[in-house]
Amino acid sequence: MFDDLRDLYQEVIFDHNRNPRNFRVMDDANRQVEGFNPLCGDRLTLFLKIEDGVINDASFQGQGCAISTASVSLMTEIIKGKTEAEAETLFTQFHEMTTGKSEDIQLEAIGKLAVLAGVREYPARVKCATLAWHTLDAALKNQAQSISTE
Amino acid sequence: MTTFPVEQIRADFPILQEKIRNKPLVYLDNAASCQKPQAVIDSIVHTYSHEYANIHRGVHTLSVKATDRFEGAREKVRAFINAASTKEIIFVRGATEAINLVAQSFGKSQLQAGDEIVISAMEHHANIVPWQMLCQQIGTVLKVVPINQQGELLFDEYLNLLTDKTKLVAITHMSNALGTINPVKQIVEAAHSKNIPVLLDGAQAIPHMAVDVQDLDCDFYVFSGHKLYGPSGTGVLYGKQALLEAMPPYQGGGDMIRKVTFTETEYAGLPHKFEAGTPAIAEIIGLGAAIDYLNQFGMAAISAYEAELLAYATEQAQQIKGLNIIGQAAEKGGILSFTLDRIHPHDIGTMLDSLGIAIRAGHHCAMPVMDFYGVPATARASFAMYNTRQEIDVLMQGIKSLIEVFG
Ligand SMILES: Cc1ncc(COP(=O)(O)O)c(C=O)c1O
Repeated sequence: MFDDLRDLYQEVIFDHNRNPRNFRVMDDANRQVEGFNPLCGDRLTLFLKIEDGVINDASFQGQGCAISTASVSLMTEIIKGKTEAEAETLFTQFHEMTTGKSEDIQLEAIGKLAVLAGVREYPARVKCATLAWHTLDAALKNQAQSISTE
Repeated sequence: MTTFPVEQIRADFPILQEKIRNKPLVYLDNAASCQKPQAVIDSIVHTYSHEYANIHRGVHTLSVKATDRFEGAREKVRAFINAASTKEIIFVRGATEAINLVAQSFGKSQLQAGDEIVISAMEHHANIVPWQMLCQQIGTVLKVVPINQQGELLFDEYLNLLTDKTKLVAITHMSNALGTINPVKQIVEAAHSKNIPVLLDGAQAIPHMAVDVQDLDCDFYVFSGHKLYGPSGTGVLYGKQALLEAMPPYQGGGDMIRKVTFTETEYAGLPHKFEAGTPAIAEIIGLGAAIDYLNQFGMAAISAYEAELLAYATEQAQQIKGLNIIGQAAEKGGILSFTLDRIHPHDIGTMLDSLGIAIRAGHHCAMPVMDFYGVPATARASFAMYNTRQEIDVLMQGIKSLIEVFG
């Protein structure tokens, strides 16, 4: 019945929505930033433990739609063990992939995150996918205040 | 079902023949904005093709004609809400502008620091923020009437909030997020017994029921044309003449003056005092056409038909496991706001869209209502006179299918 939506709602997304990874409060986090999407009211808190420029742990709390939950869940998985610079690069690539600014995104480089490429066709949902990454960007820039997608 | 001519009405709305994602459009986002009948579209085309010029400004034939049509629309609006005089009908851009006008003109001239303004917990942001801005500007205080779990105004609490300090009540006639229809006549009566004027936000009520401002006895009534099957960019502020006379202009410019020199300006009389600048001429004439169109059927018949639709939709929705209806007031208009267990409203919106069904998913510009129910957002299906039972079946089938997909 929802054949048209197969590119947007891939099985991986349902999986992460049902069982979000790294969904917990991190007591020893040294970066904590809140992200907010005023369009839909979604909120998330991102926790990071960064030591010597490396993201050693990442987790989140909050509620959102399947796209935003899967996006933040996947993100926390993929950035663990990455340096801050590598994570910034991923942010840029992810942003370009979801907003369609770049035709030749290296899907291999972005790995599992490619399942979210489908939002490109749904302008109303792009912010759901990018909220996690904007929040990460703020955390990496050490902006401790809450950020919003507006 | 009654013998409401819904098929005839559907044929009058060209957009209802559209396909969305290869499916017939099921338009259930009427609380956000209604679609337009051919009569309104034709009216705009006719104005621009044959009768357009600026109004109130020229001696030439076209200007006179356009002015006649524009003022004719004012008379249609007056009759539609049974105002005593066309002087009481101020054309604005929408309900939002009308409320801002009252806040800035009436509020700033009549209220003082410490005075209280009573609103309710189910207001649209348009009936919250202008008052908050006024409070910041002049030190008035906002008081909020709470609601119960069904989404009904707590009337006793309302009465308790009416004190010597209360200088204005501003409450919605019908809630856009919950569908609740407030007992506005009693609200006005209670306020008037303490000489407190009342503004009613009619943005949602106006397309669904007959409104008689003299019977309600409200002091201000506001609504938007685009929710009344008319063009966007049009709206109406009704105000009692004596109140409007006492209020200073909201904006300055052309059309609202009688005489201007560099030392002083004499303002025009009502309603022009509040209509600075060139208005949405063709659109307001189109609003008149929307009213003519509705008058063929009568608001009472429209109300009765929509009540049947809502009852049917509610009954069907209640049978879906995991569906929670948000807003179950005894007096309700055609709005079905709901959440699904473990499925976010945005996902509901996208999934239904892929089936050609347009609903709203979000906070409906009523974040305090969402906070009250502890949800970030709801999905909302809102009905209009052109919707059918069969469309409600399509909606319910869509909801059942997406629940399955989410598992
Ligand atoms: C109850 C209510 N009040 C006010 C408004 C504001 O109307 P507009 O945006 O047309 O000015 C709306 C529109 O959504 C509404 O539903």
